[in-house]
Formats: sequence, C-alpha cells, structure tokens
Amino acid sequence: MSDLHANSVAFVRTETIPESPPPGVASGPIKWMRENLFATPANTLLTLVAIYMIYLILAPTMPWILNGVWNANSLSECREILNGKSGACFAVLSERWPQLLFGFKYPAEYYWRPTLAFVLLFAAVAPVLFFDLPRKLLVMTALYPFIAFWLIWGGTILVPILALVGCGVGYAVYQRFVASNFAAGFFGGIAAAFIVWSLGGAMIPEGASEAAMLQPVPSRDLGGFMLNMMLGVTCVSLSIPIGIALALGRQSSMPIIKWICVVFIEFIRGVPLITLLFVASVMLSYFFPPDSSVDLFLRVVIMITMFSAAYIAEVIRGGLAALPKGQYEAADSLGLDYAQAMRLIILPQALKISIPGIVNVAVGLFKDTTLVSVISMFDLVGMIRGPILASTEWNGVYWELLGFAALLFFVVCYGISQYSQWLERRLATDHR
Amino acid sequence: MTTMTDPPKASFRLSMLVYDTRYRSLTFQALAAVALALSFLYLGSNLINNLRAAGLNISYSFLGAPAGYDINQTLIEYDSQSSNARAAVVGLINTLIVAFLACITATVFGVIAGVLRLSNNWLVSKLMALYVEIFRNIPVLIWIIIIFTIMTAVMPAPRAFRGDEPEASMLFDAIAFTNRGVYIPAPVWGPGSMMVVATFIASIIGIFAYRRYATNLLYATGRLLPTTWPTIALLIVPSVLMFFIMGQPIGLDTPALKGFNFQGGIKVGGPLIALWFALSIYTGAFIAENVRAGIQAVSKGQTEAAAALGLRPRRVMNLVVLPQALRVIIPPLISQYLNITKNSSLAIAVGYADITATLGGITLNQTGRAIECVLLLMLFYLTISLCISAFMNVYNNAIKLKER
Repeated sequence: MSDLHANSVAFVRTETIPESPPPGVASGPIKWMRENLFATPANTLLTLVAIYMIYLILAPTMPWILNGVWNANSLSECREILNGKSGACFAVLSERWPQLLFGFKYPAEYYWRPTLAFVLLFAAVAPVLFFDLPRKLLVMTALYPFIAFWLIWGGTILVPILALVGCGVGYAVYQRFVASNFAAGFFGGIAAAFIVWSLGGAMIPEGASEAAMLQPVPSRDLGGFMLNMMLGVTCVSLSIPIGIALALGRQSSMPIIKWICVVFIEFIRGVPLITLLFVASVMLSYFFPPDSSVDLFLRVVIMITMFSAAYIAEVIRGGLAALPKGQYEAADSLGLDYAQAMRLIILPQALKISIPGIVNVAVGLFKDTTLVSVISMFDLVGMIRGPILASTEWNGVYWELLGFAALLFFVVCYGISQYSQWLERRLATDHR
Repeated sequence: MTTMTDPPKASFRLSMLVYDTRYRSLTFQALAAVALALSFLYLGSNLINNLRAAGLNISYSFLGAPAGYDINQTLIEYDSQSSNARAAVVGLINTLIVAFLACITATVFGVIAGVLRLSNNWLVSKLMALYVEIFRNIPVLIWIIIIFTIMTAVMPAPRAFRGDEPEASMLFDAIAFTNRGVYIPAPVWGPGSMMVVATFIASIIGIFAYRRYATNLLYATGRLLPTTWPTIALLIVPSVLMFFIMGQPIGLDTPALKGFNFQGGIKVGGPLIALWFALSIYTGAFIAENVRAGIQAVSKGQTEAAAALGLRPRRVMNLVVLPQALRVIIPPLISQYLNITKNSSLAIAVGYADITATLGGITLNQTGRAIECVLLLMLFYLTISLCISAFMNVYNNAIKLKER
C-alpha cells in the first residue's frame, strides 16, 4: 500500500507541519473584543453608547477631582488658588475632618477616645466574623460594649464594671440552671443581673463621674460619622436576639404569643422609619416615668432597635421555614424539649440560612441611620447640611461634602456585602 | 408484704400547669397576656401623668382648626385658612403622587438595568453592575439631597433665559429647567377635545380586542396574524385623524418668561423632582437585582426546550422565559413599591409637602399635638402597607404554580 503510494505520488511530506498560531482576529484581546464588545451591530451600538456615557461622566469630573485643592481655609480662598480652573475644594474635608467624624460638640482633646473605641471595634468584631480565629478572642467581644461605652461617654469606670459584673453573675446563674431547665436558667439569669445592677447602683457614690479618669461627655455632644457607626453597631447587635425571639414567637403554636409577635412585626414593618424616629423625638418621653430623663440617643436606639428587630425577625422566620420538617421531627424524636431543640438543632441551621438576609438588613439599617438628621441629630449628613454648609467659610461646597459622605457609606456597605458573599460561600456545606 | 398504690388519678393538679405540656402553654400565654397588659397599664399611666403634668390632653379638635400655612404643591383646593385635616389630605395626595410616579420610573430603570446586566456586552453589563452597586450602597437620603442640590444649585435661574444670547435655553423651546422647578407645557383642552380622547380610549380597547382575536385565531387555526404593526397603527392613526377632523382642538400652553419668572405651562417643583428621581434610581438598583435574579431563576433547559420546539428567540422570551421569571420577580417588586411609599416620607428633608411634612411636620410643630399627629401618620402608612400586602397576597395566590 505504502509502496504503491510512494511510487505514484511525486512528493509526500513525512513530518507534520508545525502548528501556526491562530489568526490575530481569532485570539487574544481582538477575539475577546469581537465576542464581548462588537458581536453584533446592536451590540456595537450599545458599546459605543456606553463609551460615550462614560466619557460624558468622566470628562468634567476627572479634572475636577485631579485639580482638587486640599489646603485652604474657606471656599473663597479655594477659588483664588484655582484661579478660574475647574477643581474641587477638598480643603473642606481636611479642615472639617474632626467635625465630620465626631460632630461639632465632642471635646477635641478627647478625640482619641472614640478613635480607640473604633480601632477596638475591629478586634471585637473579628472573632464573630471570622470563625477561624481562636475562640478565646471572643472574650474581647464580650468586654467590648463596656469598654466602648466607657471610652465614648467617659464618666466613672464603676458603671461599666457594674454592668459587666451584673452580666457575669447573670451568665453564671444561667449556666448553673440551664442544664435542668432552660426557662429557669434564662429568667433566673436575668433576675440575678437585675439584682446586682440595682444593688450596685445604690453603691456608686454621687459625683463619682466628675472625679473619674475620663471626663464624662453627654450624649447630645455625639455626632458625625461616629454617631452613624454607634447607632448602626448598637442597634444591629441588640436587634438580633430580639429578632430571634420574635421569629420564634411568630412560629409558636400558642395563639396569644403568636399574635403579639405578628402584630408587633407587621406594625413596625408597615410604617416608615421616620415616623418611628418622630416617636423617639416627640412622643416616647411621655411614656417614661415623669421624673426620668431618657436622652434622645437612647430613645433613638430603642426605636431603631425595634425597627430592625422586626425586619430581622422576618428574615429568620424565612430561615426557620426553609428548614426541612424532618429536622423538627428528628429533634422531637430524640426527646429534646423545645428550648433544647431550638438551641441545639433548629436555630444553628436556620441562622446559617438567614445570614445573607441579616447582613442585608444590617446594611439597610446602617444606611437608614442617616435619617436621624431629620430629627435634628447631627450625624454625618446632619453635620454636612447643618453646621458645615451653613458656615460662612464653606457655604456652597456641596459636591465635595456629599461625595465624601457617599464614599464613606459606600465603602462600609460594600465591604459588608462582600463579606456576606464570602461567608455564604464559606457556609455552603451542601453538595452541589 | 406488698404495698398497693393507687394508680395516678386523672384529676387536675396545680403543678400540672408547669410540668404538663398540655397545660404549660396555657400558663405561658396567660403570663404573656398579663405581662403585656401590665406594661400597657404602666406606659398608659405614665402617659396620663406626664400629660397632666404638662397640662395637655389627647384631642383631635386641632384637625378642624385653620392650618395657617401655605403648601406650594396642591392638587385640591387649599389655602392657609383651610383646616389641618385638609392640609393632611393635601399631603396624603402628594405622597401618593410621588410614590406612584417613582414606582413607574423605578420599574423602568430596574428592568432596563437588570436586563442589560445580563447582556453579552461586557462593557454594558459591567456598567450596570456598577450602577447597581453604587446606588444600593449609598443611603437614599444622600441621593435625595444630591439631586435636590442639582435642582437648586446647578440649574440656571429664570433670568438666565433672558436676552438675545441667553446663558440657558429651553429644551425644544418647551421645557425649561430652572432652579425654581421644571416648567413643562400644559395641554389646553378646546371644544371637541373630548372626541379625540374618546377615540384614543376606543382605539386602546380596539387593540386589546384585536390581540385577543389574533390569539384565538392562532389557537383555533394556527394562523399567525401580525400584532406589532397593527398595534402601533391602531394606537396612533385614528386619534390623529380625529384630531385633525375636529380642527386641532388640543393645544399646548408652553411656559414663557414673563417678568422675573416663567408663566404658563405646568411647574414641577424641584423637591418633587429630587424625590421622584432619587427614589427611582435608588429603588431601580434594587429592582434590577430582582429582575436579574428572576431571569436567571428560569433554568436553561426551559430556553433550550423552547428552542427545540422551534420557537423564535422572541417567542421563547415572551412565551417561556418571561411568564416563569415574572413569578419570581413580582413579589419582591411589590415589596420594593412598598419601600418607595415608605421612603417617600424622606420628602421632609427637601421640603416636599407630603403627609410627613404637613401632618408630621408643620401641623405637629404649630399645634404641639405630637401624639395625635404621629399616631395619625402611622395609621396612614400602615393602611397603605396593609393594602399593598393584601394585594400582593391576592396576586401571589393567582400566579402560584397550580400543582395537583
């Protein structure tokens, strides 16, 4: 066969030709652009429109940002430096930096205190967010609320220590009784904590806060982005346990408890946060005992916590409903009572499912903390619209300030949502 | 010697209230009810004591008293001598207006962005992802303020339109963007204009009738009638014909610069535009995510199966993908509408006279009736929310997969 071939054909190639590279249009960036940017005429048109829109946005903003002035004492000085060129006046940020972050009343010599509390926040939150860290770091998380309270508000250290001791005693009582009966442990723990607090409260001497190591700062002096952070962190962490309780109550087979939870959740979810903040600012003080003075910050925390608890309850209810019924039946057949079944079997799984939803609520809540500017609290937006834009030096510097606020919120919220997506991938233990 | 014990009696003992699961739930509920009643009593008595100490009472008579303030955007008749109740109704209508407008535009933005985000075009899909991330992660209050600032600080003053070489000019010689608001032409209804409107309505009914006829014909005989061109023709041709037959009865009152301000046309205030546009693009970003999730929720096998049956891509979209995607998209969409309605209460930040700004703002501050005003305000929003969720439940039940 091969002989015949060799005789009849003049030339036979004995080795394969080396592969030539694919043509330029079928590889590399050109191929990618042909497929992803200019696949069809319509696609090409879309690309051109998109490029034109990017140009429209960037052409005025880029020189504006790049020509930015960072050192000036007022808008008119800025304009002198710019000399007619288009440019931002970022000097307002550097000049009013402490006001943007801490409000205009927080004593300047104590700025280190909220700053330190902010840094410690990362240490406290890290073991909660990242499970791989050593569990012992959770001690920091448990201590953090008391440390942060003391750092930001100042006053006598006896108050946070007393609060801590109360919580410690309550936890000890809970641990002692929970093995035999959850309800006894839970309510006993709360009762013990209250006893310690009321006994200890009488023992704190009058005027202790004036002589304290850290000078006290009243709540109304808090402001700036610090206020947004404080409201966000406090309300989210307080509302998660309340939300769990509400969700369990809504699933309960006891009609009265179920209806209390349903009415609460639906009422809160049906009204805008602003009306709840109105309640906090003008109405809530009527419901406290006549001689008590609950300051606005605490009232706002109460209302925002109720608000986010209702939303978190709905998220967790979704998680509870998504669990297969077999899990509930398995817990029952093991002979676990309600508290044990919830604690050991149901909630760990339901909470895992609800984490993305809870993070969404947390991000939404953090954004909504800007609404407190409407009831004349000077958070970041309140500071910008109030004292800074109203001042004679900076009247008219809208874009730099609003852009800064937007950027700050974007960084925090985008960071949280990226974390949530990472966590979702981490926790996906089911096989797909 | 054996001791005989009686079998336990089935009678009720008090300890069973704690230890017997049959009765324990009753105990818990009774405790919860008592605790709730006690806390209400406590709060109520505090309220009464505080009100007495402040010399106040709960009374809704302020609603009938003259409001004493002006509202710049009113659809119903209102002046400063009208009652507080009427001011609240004006605010209520304004809330509904901005919520309705924002729902429509947010849906448009959201659907466009959501579909484009799934586009094959890399640049466009990345741009849409950027839009969604930027708008979702920045508080809506900041967006409202930003757009309000654009409306007031960047737009030219009316006098910029004056002169032979004005600094600003009107769009199509009909729409003027000024820092006092946007002036758009107003229609002028002449005699006979009713006929044109009636023709237009009749042609819309005709379109529906024609499409139904086409569908029935398709199912009965398999003949496919064109729908797109007849629809457009039916929509436009009869009305335009009638418009000219009746002698052009509908005119436009275009705004024109007279004195220091624009006269004529309809003025759309800056606060309304800021609120409307900000709510639209903010919520549009959320809706875009819902739309994307809904389209991606339709499994690829559905598209392939439809293609295998020989359907053209557009029919695949209309007949197979969209009906299934809508089932996923609509419920979160309606809760976004609910969010728009609730977020429209941020009008108070830019001075748009919605119900929060009239009843919960000026009326509350002038009369000092904090409790009554806030309660009425909550009641109003609660009613809207419950109506929308009731509608949502009805709709959900209607489109739910009918399983045997």
